[in-house]
Amino acid sequence: MRKRTVLLIIYLLVLFFPIYWMINTSLKTDNEILKELTLIPKDLTFKNYAEIFTSELWRSSFMNSIIYVCLNVIISLIAAIPAAYAFSRWKFRGSHHLFFWLLTNRMAPAAVFMVPFTELYYTLQIYDTHLAVALAHCLFNIPLAIWILEGFMSGIPREIDETALIDGYSFPRFFGKIFFPLIAPGVGVAAFFCFTFSWIELILAKALTVTNAKPVVVTLTVGIGAEGVRWGLLAAAGVLTMVPGAIVVYFVRNYIAKGFALGRV
Amino acid sequence: MKNRGWLFVIPALAVLAISAFIPLMTVINYSLHYIFAGSTPTFVGFENYVEVLRDSVFLQALVRQLVFSLGILAVEVPLGICIALCLPKRGPGVAVCLVLLGIPLLIPFNVVGIIARVLTQSAVGVIPEFFALFNYSFNVSKDPVDAFMTIFLLDVWHWTPLVALLCYAGLQAIPDAYYQAARIDGASAWKTFRYVTLPKLRSVLIIGVLLRFMDSFKIYAEPLLLTGGGPGDATTFLSLHVARKAESYQLGYAGASSFIYLFIVIVFSYIFFQLMTHIGKGETK
Repeated sequence: MRKRTVLLIIYLLVLFFPIYWMINTSLKTDNEILKELTLIPKDLTFKNYAEIFTSELWRSSFMNSIIYVCLNVIISLIAAIPAAYAFSRWKFRGSHHLFFWLLTNRMAPAAVFMVPFTELYYTLQIYDTHLAVALAHCLFNIPLAIWILEGFMSGIPREIDETALIDGYSFPRFFGKIFFPLIAPGVGVAAFFCFTFSWIELILAKALTVTNAKPVVVTLTVGIGAEGVRWGLLAAAGVLTMVPGAIVVYFVRNYIAKGFALGRV
Repeated sequence: MKNRGWLFVIPALAVLAISAFIPLMTVINYSLHYIFAGSTPTFVGFENYVEVLRDSVFLQALVRQLVFSLGILAVEVPLGICIALCLPKRGPGVAVCLVLLGIPLLIPFNVVGIIARVLTQSAVGVIPEFFALFNYSFNVSKDPVDAFMTIFLLDVWHWTPLVALLCYAGLQAIPDAYYQAARIDGASAWKTFRYVTLPKLRSVLIIGVLLRFMDSFKIYAEPLLLTGGGPGDATTFLSLHVARKAESYQLGYAGASSFIYLFIVIVFSYIFFQLMTHIGKGETK
């Protein structure tokens, strides 16, 4: 048991070293980053963060990211919950093929879909809006959400559905009052994964936005590759992009632990 | 009555029609045409496919991609299982560990790329400095092996926690009674793992392997930010190659290569799916 704890701690240290290094870099002056290797910043500075917080560009890109990610989580869950219910409860004509087809959508290379997406969303007149990115991210998030939720729902005995319907519950009431609370941990886990994958996606978010909905991941890439990369600033922005995710993890941690305890992911 | 399932699937299908089906059809349409900016596309049949399959850059990228994807699976899956076994089973440590493991997953791909750049900068990065201690000059922008290994380790660093979290969920679902039975039968630690734990992890491992395999095929931002796919073509993976073609508006080529790419991923995923389902069944019998 002791040995395992030691191994775990070593692993977590390795895991967090790169993150520590980024935080470390974000607190240094550009001069120090380029001149020498220091484990702890010599001149502790918050200038990089101050620059981000006072810049309209950075603030709006953070807001854009949060808006489309939340929109995507909502759309994904609304579409996935009934579908997952259908897959977990009924074998209907073609259900097997449909399930596999849904999964293949996750494999679709985003790099290639960017051109068709651009054309399609121009036609629908939603190019460069939050909705466009949110819909595009459904490509990989709906299959994932269905997959996760189907697992959770299959773990709940069918007898519960039957008993509730015999007791005179209408289907919507049964779903809202009885079934939904039972799968709430699953919904939490699915929401967490959808949030994660939408938050970190770059290719589609980059292709589908120009200015109005420009997300933070795209703002981050600007200036890389050019001469004189501002490492401190980039590192600070990188640290800040982890914050919303960390907050989400904090809120859903009990759901995740419960969901994991059910053994259904 | 039997097909009411379809009614429930309609919302998902409606969204996917916009975000998956129509784009896929467009890609297939591109792949059958010769497209040049400004002119009307001409139908060329399978010419684009022939061109892609004869293109040595594509074939090299494909081999590199397969080596990479199978390599990370070989490292991430066993490592993930080990970490899951090391995690505490209950108590206050559980939530802490889960949150800590979850954090790397939330780092955007391009931030991972930035971290890699910061760590491997020549002259002042930590990793070159570390290797300098052993008189090895580590340089991602010059040495193809260094660049490839950096991307490889980066992926292992970023995604092993996902496998670990999935395996942990699977472990939690194994009732203690199984372990007690194994102990009473006098099974060794290895045998308990092999015949009790591993078969029970089957379903989560299927998800883990498939998810990692599919997603590793999509690796894009990390090599792009680290070295732009270089040095030479050392880190030009499939989606980087395809995206380059799409960005330079060689849509016919991009369409054909992405269809081939999608086909390969689906075939491999299907093989994994079948293999793992069957191996698992043999074990539990």
